[in-house]
Amino acid sequence: MAIVTGQSQRWRITGAHVALWILIAVTLFPLLAVISISLRPGNFSTGSLIPSEISLDHWKLALGISFTDAEGNLVKPPFPVLLWLWNSIKIATISALLIVAISTTAAYAFARMKFAHKGLILNSMLLLQMFPVAVALVAIFAIFEGIGATIPWLGIETHASVVVAYLGGVAMHIWTIKGYFETIPTEIEECAKVDGATHWQAFRLVLLPMAVPILMVVFVLAFIGVIIEYPVASILLREEANLTLAVGSKYYLYEQRYLWGDFAAAAVLSGLPITLVFLVAQKWIVSGLTAGGVKG
Amino acid sequence: MKHLKWPLVVILTFALLWMVAGFYAAGQPLYALAVLTLGASALVVYGSAKSLAWRYLFPGVTGMLVFVAFPLLYTVQIGFTNYSSANLLSQERARAYLLDQATIDEAQSLAFSLHPDGPSHRLVLTPPEGSDGPRYVSPALPLTNPDLQGGHIPMQVVLPGNDKFSEPLDLKQTLALRDALMGLTLELPSKKTLRYVGVREFGNIEPLWKANPDGSLTRVETATVHSPNTVTGYFQTAQGERMQPGFKVGIGWANYARLLFDADMRGPFISIFIWTVLFAGLTVFFATAVGMTLAVVLNWEALKYRTLYRTLLFLPYAVPGFISILVFKGLFNQNFGEINAILNAVFGVRPAWFSDPFLAKSMLLIVNTWLGYPYIMILCTGLIKAIPADLYEASAIAGAKPLTNFFRITVPLIARPLTPLLISAFAFNFNNFVLISLLTDGRPDYLNTKLPAGQTDILVSYTYRIAFTDAGANFGLAAAISTLIFLMVAVLSLANLKLAQVNDAKKG
Repeated sequence: MAIVTGQSQRWRITGAHVALWILIAVTLFPLLAVISISLRPGNFSTGSLIPSEISLDHWKLALGISFTDAEGNLVKPPFPVLLWLWNSIKIATISALLIVAISTTAAYAFARMKFAHKGLILNSMLLLQMFPVAVALVAIFAIFEGIGATIPWLGIETHASVVVAYLGGVAMHIWTIKGYFETIPTEIEECAKVDGATHWQAFRLVLLPMAVPILMVVFVLAFIGVIIEYPVASILLREEANLTLAVGSKYYLYEQRYLWGDFAAAAVLSGLPITLVFLVAQKWIVSGLTAGGVKG
Repeated sequence: MKHLKWPLVVILTFALLWMVAGFYAAGQPLYALAVLTLGASALVVYGSAKSLAWRYLFPGVTGMLVFVAFPLLYTVQIGFTNYSSANLLSQERARAYLLDQATIDEAQSLAFSLHPDGPSHRLVLTPPEGSDGPRYVSPALPLTNPDLQGGHIPMQVVLPGNDKFSEPLDLKQTLALRDALMGLTLELPSKKTLRYVGVREFGNIEPLWKANPDGSLTRVETATVHSPNTVTGYFQTAQGERMQPGFKVGIGWANYARLLFDADMRGPFISIFIWTVLFAGLTVFFATAVGMTLAVVLNWEALKYRTLYRTLLFLPYAVPGFISILVFKGLFNQNFGEINAILNAVFGVRPAWFSDPFLAKSMLLIVNTWLGYPYIMILCTGLIKAIPADLYEASAIAGAKPLTNFFRITVPLIARPLTPLLISAFAFNFNNFVLISLLTDGRPDYLNTKLPAGQTDILVSYTYRIAFTDAGANFGLAAAISTLIFLMVAVLSLANLKLAQVNDAKKG
């Protein structure tokens, strides 16, 4: 290390460690607190943050199991959390698969083909993506209400409408896949074409197998993006049995019916897998963030 | 394959035309046009041999056009209309709705009973108890046949001596045939028509409205004429008396005029605008302050366990936003929240985080800083790594302290590439609907406003409120505000693009 260190170096390092641990404690407090709350009996009790008595009642409710409380009343799960989780996963899986399919083919055209207005189309896609979907909610609602009048299975209150609404958000993914395709030498496909392969065959049988890693990344990104999406789902889905997790979770914390403990268990149950997926995918996500950001 | 292509194109063309006709028949010519355009371009792209690139581009570009670009334009258009829960329908559908309205003349209703006649049924009408009049009988009706056609069914007077019918169906059996009965129109010899009005009765339904050839409607009872007014969007009399429901019409700049010149609207609108800018600006400021400091400290090679620290400090970014925001909502709860429990134990205070405007705003900033600093930290870490180490060596020789290094070397060097990213972060938080919606829902509300407006509402959550939660459901006004937000986002995006280009030019 070339920097000349002074005598106060040791103190500074100790100070930095202490400060960082305090900060980490403050930062992680909400996450640790919610785990402890989910194991604490009752929905209202405050007091010790480390539960003196472990109760699995909230977890039972989150998993959809009824139980009998101390007074002999049957306590039923307040909300169908597992159903919501299933709805979320179903919508996210289908949307992510379609998003990957759509953006891969488009990225192939952008990376490998020449056509008119290529730069213009690419830039307008990026510009369009900057407009938050939350601002166009009125129009999205009106569009699906109109569609639903003729095609009921694609109207308001259907999962199909939510999936279809998410298919617009492909610009970032096209950009990511395009970048990856450009790192693969064109010669390989050209050899295939010399051997008589069509464009589609060169794409499907030569390029795609080599691009599987980036397709996985885009799938995970799209999947997480859909799971945590709230605004569109909240206007298209209203009935309890139809909700996704992101829309349904807020019903736990209504002032009139405050189910803090039940919420904590449901939050840990549903949040933990997503967090783990995110941490595993972190490396790609971060590189995507910085790369996309600097370029765009 | 070759031989299959053209028959396939023909079949798909017919399928497309069938769908278009469906939309058109449902009274939605615009949707019909949209489906026709999209379907036709799909056929051209995949049918012709020339457009190879577009075969790959078509799904993605279509998705963006239909679900990103079109909603933007449509929002702008809705901003110039009176689209709201009171003016929801098109003029044709509002007219159809009014023409469907009818009154039932209770005094003239006749009780009915159903009598099996082979596989069919005969329907017998009996005058109510205490009044006399003839009974009527229908021909044998195949009520159980699902293809039974409605239409006028002639009823005949039951003659004495011919009034023996089989045992009537009971209520449950009658109810099972309800759908078929509702389709019937019975015509008495006097030419009066009766329809199903209840589980035991057929009655005379009088329409409330009569259509006139010029498009106006006449109220049958009072003979007043209501003409469609395309300025107000209602069927109204010459005196201006309006009929619900209204219909959707263009109202020009009225929504914008209302926002800017109606004192009751302008007050909250301007306050909300100022808070939106403050919220986005302060969030970016705090998140950058925390994130950049951490990035610098964690870049200090003398420090051990840096990877561990970085992972732990990254966690807020990994937890799904909707969950962590709701967790904070619970933790900040005034009576049952853990944060107030701690504050109460240590300082003996229980701040009202959700009902005091200043505290609610502070809470939003605290939570948003928590959510946002990891992103800035990651960005800064990457940028700091790119600073050449010899700069720090030179400053060390000059005897500079760490703070001097930070403000004289680190900040100036990362400021330029960081600026476009911070503008993006500002634009994102300018429209951070999820945070506001889940944490405070805009509350506490301003008092004495015509439309509910919250002290912590930002523009986009305010439009959501106007459009979807408030009883008025004023989509037109909400769309007008959205259009203003578009303009601001567009300005920010263009500024961003310019800065990025300048940076690229410098690098190049």
